[in-house]
Amino acid sequence: MRHGFAVRVGPVGFRIGSEWQAPVAALARLYEGYPAPPDGVADFTVRLEAARPWRRWARPAITIRGDFTLPDTAPLPLAQGLLAAEMGMNLQMALGARRWLLLHASCVERDGRALLMSGHSGAGKSTLSALLGERGWRLLGDEFALLDPATGLVHPFPRPVSLKNESIAVMAADISHERFGPLIAGTPKGDIRHLRPAADAIARMAEPARPALLLFPQFGQTEDLRPVGPVESFVRLTQASTNYVALGETGYAALTALAQGIPAIGVDYPDTASALRLVEALWAEAPR
Amino acid sequence: MRPALLLASVLADPQRALSLAGEDWQALLTVARAELLLGSLAHRLDGLALPPAVVAILADARVSATHGRTQALWEAEMARRALAPLGVPVVVLKGTAFVAAGLSAGVGRSIGDLDILVPRTALNVVEHALIDAGWEWVKPDPYDHLYYRRWMHELPPLTHPERDRMIDVHHTILPPTARPTPDAAALIADALPLGNGLAVLSPADMIVHAAAHLFADGDLAGGMRNLWDIDRLLREFADHPDFAETLRARATRHNLCAATARAIRLARRLYETPVDQTWAGRSQVTDGLYLRRLTARDGWGRERRPASRFAFYVRSHWIRMPPLLLARHLWTKARR
Repeated sequence: MRHGFAVRVGPVGFRIGSEWQAPVAALARLYEGYPAPPDGVADFTVRLEAARPWRRWARPAITIRGDFTLPDTAPLPLAQGLLAAEMGMNLQMALGARRWLLLHASCVERDGRALLMSGHSGAGKSTLSALLGERGWRLLGDEFALLDPATGLVHPFPRPVSLKNESIAVMAADISHERFGPLIAGTPKGDIRHLRPAADAIARMAEPARPALLLFPQFGQTEDLRPVGPVESFVRLTQASTNYVALGETGYAALTALAQGIPAIGVDYPDTASALRLVEALWAEAPR
Repeated sequence: MRPALLLASVLADPQRALSLAGEDWQALLTVARAELLLGSLAHRLDGLALPPAVVAILADARVSATHGRTQALWEAEMARRALAPLGVPVVVLKGTAFVAAGLSAGVGRSIGDLDILVPRTALNVVEHALIDAGWEWVKPDPYDHLYYRRWMHELPPLTHPERDRMIDVHHTILPPTARPTPDAAALIADALPLGNGLAVLSPADMIVHAAAHLFADGDLAGGMRNLWDIDRLLREFADHPDFAETLRARATRHNLCAATARAIRLARRLYETPVDQTWAGRSQVTDGLYLRRLTARDGWGRERRPASRFAFYVRSHWIRMPPLLLARHLWTKARR
């Protein structure tokens, strides 16, 4: 393809090809400091193509394709090229990854132990992980936790955090603008801006961690904590996994071991300050 | 070397992989994945000293293929349970047959739908038994149903919603409107029982069917994989005494001599299949056009050569339907 970019995130190598220069230039800026795929071989290829040949110039629109493609995905305007690339990478992971059980969860680490946060879109897990990543935790990822079925460890997947709407201003208040991607306005999910994780998250992206605590955060009127039993955890995580079915028995074994092995707690929080306080308190009580 | 040709060359002789550089690997793996040959490649290259990133990708592909194999066999078992009470012969076809029979063509193969062949007279009872067992129509459009039932060699596709798997129920291996007319009764009569109530085609019929599927039915999309099946089947059976004779006799019987000979010629050219030239008939100028179409994929996994692909798309309709029927079919499809 005309323009290309390759990057390694945690244990995964990506190659992104594009018919336009702009998305690749934006990727190169956002992923500054990330290594290249090992051995020059990426696990997954993403292609940003023109829906029709003339759409490269006339009302340019990006169709996301690659090793794994969803039929009938709506094209994105060229101005959202960076988002298209990120969605393309997510798609490859969701449909193609088999080395790990993929949990739709954010993940941070401290002292070699990992805190997993799972929840539906908008529950705040992404913002929480980004905030923790600036407050003494190492960010492993805001989107996917990669659970290794052989070891039970989670592998870091420290992609730039996808901040949405209000959380953009929250994070921009005390982080250097160098680490932010461009503001992408008017997406189906509102405004999006990517935040490159702190330097240690990138430098230590090959270091996995052992899961220690699982939280199911969600916005609520009042603070509330609710223990979640292993059966409920298991069921919720099967729904939060993109490749649980594809892994078959391996996925079942990995997920039951996780659900039975660590405590899980539902956390309702009215604002980010109380969320951070609750997380720290629960972490201090978590068995070692 | 062009990536698709590189893939064919490494599949044919895995030792060639030892001299590849990083960018060759990237193109090779991408094309293999796009052509649904990554699992097959992964098994061919198992155990070789390759770059760690490549080893990891190939290991994943083997895991996927193993899981796909389990799923395919389970789906065949589900169909067997649904159809067993009917007492009709059920022959599994293509990928599921290769893994069920333990053939090398099935090693690492990606398997999509379950394809079965039943006698035409049993189509009705088979259809009802599957629907009673939970399968549902994929295409509810009445024209599609009418079209399938009148002109096709299979029922409209059915899917099982719980397992999200499709089944294609065939009563022969080519549309009745296509010019060659295979002997469906002979396919079923000479099928080999698997011992569980299901059967697979005889070796020669398997090859003739694969050739028919590739050259007398579709537009050659995914053809590298189908030709790889043919290469593996030929290598597995070619040494049996009289196999050449049997294959020729079966191809003649099914009216598919030209397709079978072309399959053998192209397998020899693409995958270096070690069968005697006399099996393949005289090479034709058009073989080159077929090879160009089969290998129309670049190192990013994109389909190339739109003119070639379009020509074979047109051809696929032309060979399946007489002109008047084709015109009527396209007219109806265009109007809705």
